[in-house]
Amino acid sequence: MSSPKESIASLIEDFNAISVQDRLMLLLEFSDNLAPLPARYAEHPDLLERVEECQSPVYLFVEVNDDKRVGLFFSAPAEAPTTRGFAGVLQEALDGHSVDEVLAVDEDFPNRLGLAEAVSPLRLNGMRAILRRIKRQIKEKSA
Amino acid sequence: MPVPLDPSAKFAEYAHPEVLVSTSWLADNSNLPGVVVVESDEDVLLYETGHIPGAVKIDWHTDLNDPVTRDYVDGAGFAALMKRSGISRDTTVIIYGDKSNWWASYALWVFKLFGHADVRLLDGGRDAWIAEGRVLTREKPEITPAEYPIVDRDDHSIRAFRDDVLKHFGNPLIDVRSAVEYSGERTHMPDYPDEGALRGGHIPSAKSVPWARAAGEHGVFKSRAELEAIYLDEIGLKSGDNVIAYCRIGERSSHTWFVLNYLLGLPGVRNYDGSWTEWGSLVGVPIVKGTEPGLAPVR
Repeated sequence: MSSPKESIASLIEDFNAISVQDRLMLLLEFSDNLAPLPARYAEHPDLLERVEECQSPVYLFVEVNDDKRVGLFFSAPAEAPTTRGFAGVLQEALDGHSVDEVLAVDEDFPNRLGLAEAVSPLRLNGMRAILRRIKRQIKEKSA
Repeated sequence: MPVPLDPSAKFAEYAHPEVLVSTSWLADNSNLPGVVVVESDEDVLLYETGHIPGAVKIDWHTDLNDPVTRDYVDGAGFAALMKRSGISRDTTVIIYGDKSNWWASYALWVFKLFGHADVRLLDGGRDAWIAEGRVLTREKPEITPAEYPIVDRDDHSIRAFRDDVLKHFGNPLIDVRSAVEYSGERTHMPDYPDEGALRGGHIPSAKSVPWARAAGEHGVFKSRAELEAIYLDEIGLKSGDNVIAYCRIGERSSHTWFVLNYLLGLPGVRNYDGSWTEWGSLVGVPIVKGTEPGLAPVR
């Protein structure tokens, strides 16, 4: 498994290699493929944290397991594909990696995906907000 | 040949029945020559997840706003957008979108800044279309680029700037944001991103009428009688009034502008698109906090 740093570098390369229109389609793939919540969270929405900075409701839950690896779980409605896409990109880059690796991720990397032109800088703020909340939950849960 | 109107009895009650079509009308007429269907949503990817067959997408951030200046595209930018969307000056444009046509109304308002003649909204928008189980597709339409003239944007008839608002005191102002934004408890809508405003509250004397009060089930517009009960009886607007509506960035107030202008036929309504993100950060302008409108400053 490649490190988050390598995954992010390859995501940045993938997004920037294609046209602005195709970047939207790639984001849509991430949205379409976002994993559904496992039953233990689907049945307990109270365990999830709402990301208020996002344009549409998205909930997240971060697990830190005994060997200090991070599990990421998201719930966002089908009517919020941009937000689902952001969650999917973050899941691809960060899920299953160590606490230290995820905390070391540059919080500004969403700005380097070439998505600002495709979705607008304001909307992209939502992705950075999800990343900040992921890191905060990791810090709380690994303290 | 002009594109026929939707003869629905509900629309006939409105002051301008020609600006609305129903889902069933659209299902029957979307392929007519001279018609272009436009989807305009809050979510920039929603169109890609499935749209009304043949519809083109126009996004408020990436197509209608100037990428640098806080303003709309200029005449050349709008003409370029129309060309690539396959829209000519005489095209009948039918706009629909998510969230009770909130962004669709905003797009329609921008079309009207450029004086595009025949622009209509799909009553109920995307939600109503889906609720009725009508077909969506991910297939993008083949667009034949059209010719569109460069038209100057009219920034006076239906648009207000902050100085217009300062000169407007004594005339009706409508704040269409949520109750917590109006009172100043919050500077942005609950659950939405904060574009930023340094102060909370409302423009003095503005009455609070959250935009969604004009929408009923599945986002369709309420009947004329229901709308009159809100805006004329309760708020006291009357024909001949100069009205300015505002919200946070001018999108929700486009919906109210549409209702007042076309459905109730009040001709003097302008949308202040600078709205609270501008007013709430302007140095020295008057603000009222709390649930009461407060008094208009004496000029």
